Amino acid sequence: MSLLEVSDLRVSFRTADGEVQAVRGVSFDLEPGRTLGIVGESGSGKSVCTQTLLGLTTGAKVTGSARFEGEDLLTMTEDELCSVRGARIAAIFQDPLSSLHPLYRVGWQIVEMIQAHEPVSRAVARRRAIDLLGSVGIPHPAQRIDDYPHQFSGGMRQRALIAMALALEPKLVIADEPTTALDATVQAQILDLLLRLQQEHGMALIMITHDLGVIAGLADEVMVMYAGRAAERADRRGLYYRAHHPYTNGLLESIPASSGAGARLRPIPGQPPSLIRLPSGCAFHPRCAFAMDRCRTEQPELAVVEESPRHTSACWLPPDLLGTNEQVKEDRRAASAAGRGGVVEEGAA
Amino acid sequence: MSVNVNESTNRPTNDASEMLVEIRDAVKYFPIKQGVVVKREIGRVHAVEGVSLSVRRGETLGLVGETGCGKSTLARCVTRLHSLTSGQILFEGQDITDLSRSRVRPYRRRMQMIFQDPYGSLNPRRRVGSIIGDPFAIHGEGDRDERKPKVQELMELVGLNPEHYNRFPAEFSGGQRQRIGVARALALKPSLIVADEPVSALDVSIQAQIINLLDDLQQEFGLTYLFISHDLSVVRHVSDRIAVMYLGQVVELADSEELHNRPRHPYTNALLSAASVADPDQAAARQRIVLTGDVPSPVAPPTGCRFHPRCPKAQAICVQEQPPLVARAGDPDTHLTACHFPVEPGEDLTRVTATIPEEERAE
Repeated sequence: MSLLEVSDLRVSFRTADGEVQAVRGVSFDLEPGRTLGIVGESGSGKSVCTQTLLGLTTGAKVTGSARFEGEDLLTMTEDELCSVRGARIAAIFQDPLSSLHPLYRVGWQIVEMIQAHEPVSRAVARRRAIDLLGSVGIPHPAQRIDDYPHQFSGGMRQRALIAMALALEPKLVIADEPTTALDATVQAQILDLLLRLQQEHGMALIMITHDLGVIAGLADEVMVMYAGRAAERADRRGLYYRAHHPYTNGLLESIPASSGAGARLRPIPGQPPSLIRLPSGCAFHPRCAFAMDRCRTEQPELAVVEESPRHTSACWLPPDLLGTNEQVKEDRRAASAAGRGGVVEEGAA
Repeated sequence: MSVNVNESTNRPTNDASEMLVEIRDAVKYFPIKQGVVVKREIGRVHAVEGVSLSVRRGETLGLVGETGCGKSTLARCVTRLHSLTSGQILFEGQDITDLSRSRVRPYRRRMQMIFQDPYGSLNPRRRVGSIIGDPFAIHGEGDRDERKPKVQELMELVGLNPEHYNRFPAEFSGGQRQRIGVARALALKPSLIVADEPVSALDVSIQAQIINLLDDLQQEFGLTYLFISHDLSVVRHVSDRIAVMYLGQVVELADSEELHNRPRHPYTNALLSAASVADPDQAAARQRIVLTGDVPSPVAPPTGCRFHPRCPKAQAICVQEQPPLVARAGDPDTHLTACHFPVEPGEDLTRVTATIPEEERAE
């Protein structure tokens, strides 16, 4: 049985300007211990989607279902959700400073979280908190546990949040842009830590990001979202090397390193659509170089373009157009082998 | 990036006439003050310490580094938004370090800035036409009626619809707002544009649009860019030369491809290995040089080489002596590294350990 089965999730918000359709029918499932990467740009619905699972989108109109270990998260009462949140599903958010309360000591916040879910004494919880801080790589955890969040650096705060997320051995961790606010070298540390902890604890991970580079070495499967819908879903190699949806290809080609230094980038023209007044048919058609008449009138559903490993794409283009930019990728691989490798990779070889 | 740059890189580097900007031994400290009535200085943030750099006419110089390395402070010193604690800034051969506000004005119009945050850098209560027309008003060029066609021309140039002249910034998306910022910077036909993280706040597909726009404008007007970013892949894409900064100092300076192919400073190596790659096989094959700890506080920077507490190659001398920024053995004259033990090609930094005791590193 899947750990999480989301089907036809729709989330909309009523605003003065009209109804914002943030998520428009998203379905996915996740097996225990696996990592799903959700990629999309601002306003693609990637965060709303997972926040809804945790009951964090108050005031939204939500339909569909999200079965976690057989129970529907969307129909749970607030009390039932409270027993799931933190204990069985944990979340790590982008901004580690606003996720920690500035007036309470870091250790207090972890202890509170443990005690809220388990009948243990303060001393036991505190010992566990120290162990956790040590396991996420905070030096001298027995002293640092009594620090306030402002005494931690950005990377340490994110480590503390990861410690907190792991405190109750959750089955599923949702990480929403966990490294976006961090510098490159610290980002590398945090990603390595997440990967190591996931292997140790065997938890499933949903990793939300706007950066295809972040999850390239991390995700088992990747789902690309555009305007509140899944555009493409495939295993990691399938998505990066044999992308089918023109939006996925556009994203890959927009990354500067992908076309070698000095070469011209191939950005996706135009802007993402307004979620209040969506284009007819496929929401991507106004920006798509391959748009046909059918794309303007009929909305494509996720359809299988390759059986094994399973690769689905919501696009009317024929399935055999898989990896239309294979030549581009060849060039990219050649360019990066010549350019990027340098000392580090020669050393590794 | 443009053709004349390639020519200029072959000429001798000390030819003053082709240097648009020269930064000589720039130092910028920010005082930390305490006290209610009498403010006492209790410390200093060493934001920029002893940086010497020059920007050639028509080139793009990339400035890379992590949060707090002083790259933005340096850029603001160049445009005189901050004044230097010591050192000199030369613009087109003229020392502008201590010029008065009124005397610096003619230089200001020749150097413009593009800022990171397309929301914070545009006044939300003013119309786009008047925001882009501001430079004309400030420098007294033409009256309102004369300005409008000029502004609309600029809007068209950066890919905005000139009919949106009377709209407010809130009616534009992030990418379009950044185009407004670019149009404003171009208004007075500057020779230098200092772009401080111009694409960091944008989505990847929009980011590529703005990078291409900046590229086109450089070719068309022969602009010189000082391009600041924390993202190495973006900087590599746009820059002719790259300066890597760490804790207020330049640790490595080289041509863009040279820096990527043969990074000599251990910090540059770590930065390059930490950059994310959108390629699963490469990501799996790569060995990251994971640096321990965080960047030390610039209030009390480490002694000797400032990178030594985190450096995998640090030895006793690194704690005591600050390495000069010079060309190291086997490197071309244009490739400067500030390191006692530069990384040799083929060396595996993941297998090196520092030979200084733990207590000394913590200093």
